[in-house]
Amino acid sequence: MLNDVLNVVPEIPIAEKTKEFTDWITNSFSFLFDPIKEHFGNFMELSANTLLLIPPIVFILIVAIIAFFTGRKQIGLPTFAIVGLWFIYNQGLWNQFIQTFTLVLIASILSVVIGVPIGIFMAKSKTAESVITPILDFMQTMPAFVYLIPAVAFFGIGMVPGVFASLIFATPPTVRFTNLGIRQVSKELIEASEAFGSTGLQKLFKVELPMAKTTIMAGINQTVMLALSMVVIASMIGAPGLGRDVLSALQRAQVGPGFVAGVAIVILAIIMDRITQNIDSKRDSI
Amino acid sequence: MPIIEVKNLSKIFGKNPVQTLKLLDQGLSKKEILIKTGNTVGVNRASFSVNAGEIFVIMGLSGSGKSTLVRLINRLIEPTEGSVYVDGEDLLKMDKKALRKIRRKKISMVFQRFALFPHRTVLENTEFGLEIQKVPKGERRQKAIKALEMVGLGEYLNQKPNQLSGGMQQRVGLARALANDPEVLLMDEAFSALDPLIRKEMQDELLDLQETMKKTIIFITHDLDEALRLGDRIALMKDGSIVQIGTPEEILVNPANDYVEKFVKDVDRTKILTAQHIMKRPETINLDKHGPRVALERMREEGISSIFVVDSKRNLKGYVTADDASEAGKKGIRDIREILKTDIPCVDKETPMQEIFAVIHGSPIPVAVVENEKLIGIIVRGSVIAALAGESEVSGQNAE
Repeated sequence: MLNDVLNVVPEIPIAEKTKEFTDWITNSFSFLFDPIKEHFGNFMELSANTLLLIPPIVFILIVAIIAFFTGRKQIGLPTFAIVGLWFIYNQGLWNQFIQTFTLVLIASILSVVIGVPIGIFMAKSKTAESVITPILDFMQTMPAFVYLIPAVAFFGIGMVPGVFASLIFATPPTVRFTNLGIRQVSKELIEASEAFGSTGLQKLFKVELPMAKTTIMAGINQTVMLALSMVVIASMIGAPGLGRDVLSALQRAQVGPGFVAGVAIVILAIIMDRITQNIDSKRDSI
Repeated sequence: MPIIEVKNLSKIFGKNPVQTLKLLDQGLSKKEILIKTGNTVGVNRASFSVNAGEIFVIMGLSGSGKSTLVRLINRLIEPTEGSVYVDGEDLLKMDKKALRKIRRKKISMVFQRFALFPHRTVLENTEFGLEIQKVPKGERRQKAIKALEMVGLGEYLNQKPNQLSGGMQQRVGLARALANDPEVLLMDEAFSALDPLIRKEMQDELLDLQETMKKTIIFITHDLDEALRLGDRIALMKDGSIVQIGTPEEILVNPANDYVEKFVKDVDRTKILTAQHIMKRPETINLDKHGPRVALERMREEGISSIFVVDSKRNLKGYVTADDASEAGKKGIRDIREILKTDIPCVDKETPMQEIFAVIHGSPIPVAVVENEKLIGIIVRGSVIAALAGESEVSGQNAE
């Protein structure tokens, strides 16, 4: 009886409409998606192959040196990087590691390139902030698996849809923190830059961005971590790398290989996390 | 010619500012308007002009609108109504580009909490204004270093602001403003965040600097002592309106209304009032014309025990006492020079009262106020006490 009230409106065909919409986008923009898929796919493959050309020992040393110089010249992180990366090599996961690294790196760079300007735009416009914030909430709370579906529709399978899904999942922190960082710059500093006759761009690049840098870097760090966490999920749509090993271990219930691949991801996560954190704190300590 | 002229400048914060202005015209108070409309009256039709080379102090308690007013002058806050003329051009009619030019070339600002950029060194902070103007690196570096040397920070070029003390940070703030070589300096409570000793030191330094650079300074403060020390003229603000504009003396001696009077009641007058405000017209005799008899006669008429002696050009030559004069009269001495005493306690007309105390304390005769060796007035103990008691009839006019 009472339930009839709920049934006044028949089921709204959201799912169907979404499918229609996605199909429409897929068809209408295939002229855009296909070249992206092809060229970007080639580019990613090229990047991964280039990194694979570097002898593992050289690669490990480069990472250790970067860790050493970004991390206030302490030896903890470099040591960890050497041991950890050697372990990955030792377990025969080097190829997968490089694939994963490439995917995370490119997804992160794209997230930052897209996210920082959006964050700046949000910080400058109240309207933009009130429109974009719920979209970001939506992007972050939607289960990550859901992004895989349109990603496949647009870009097929492989690395490109993996990057696409990572992008949607990992960009919000950079946007949010950029917005927050710029809004947090003290009013007096903004006044000072304006009182001396700064243009909008001068104010942005000489005062706001440098002042917001610490906060933005925290956002970028989060973005990198989220991109990394998408690795396993993206492997479901054929993105190569460590995630695929985890996934196949899961499907065959192989505890051992699953654990090893998981540890490899953790090692990569720790190294990338610490290095991105240090890039900023190092400058502050001078 | 005034370099800055402010006419009927108003700022209403909130919605429908123009309507609120009408309420102000109807004579509603700031408080009534807040209750009725929810709008805050920041500045209420302020008008004043600032002459080139003067220090113009805008003083008021917190919430009186002084910080808003100074920001209206360089349009950091957009005025609701009125006009601001800088060198005859109306700032409020300018587009962004012209406004930027004014901010870059003519008006610099010093902030209460220094507002230094923490990510830049002292030198980089100082050259910020020039960098914005795209002055070549070598040139702007040179100008910035010069400005830093002016404020005594030539040694600290590569420090970060947070490595410096508060006083030094504000010197950097001042150097940053001076590096542009602006005509006008806006100083918003520039010394208020400093502790009292440093504040006084900075005030002295600002006055010293002003001697040589002759900028036009608009200085905002809530501290009356600071206002009186620095200001050539002072504008007193209350509830967004300017209550009185005048020299420090005018404000002390002739407060425009009860509010100003209450405000200045606790001021240490001895720091502000100078010899010229408390001196009286002197009784004198002429060295060349008058003898001891005339001197004695004058003293008897006036009921005083000593009298100053001047020559025909009113140059102060000395004084004679009644005792000496009557002695000389008995001995038949004609020439006043023989009994002339020259150990006169002298002060300049700008000498503050504070310093007159010590002089007058040890002196049996009145203190002479001298300008270019000419006697322009005398100070007796009674007039010092009267001035301390705040009697306003004590003023410079008596000496004429």
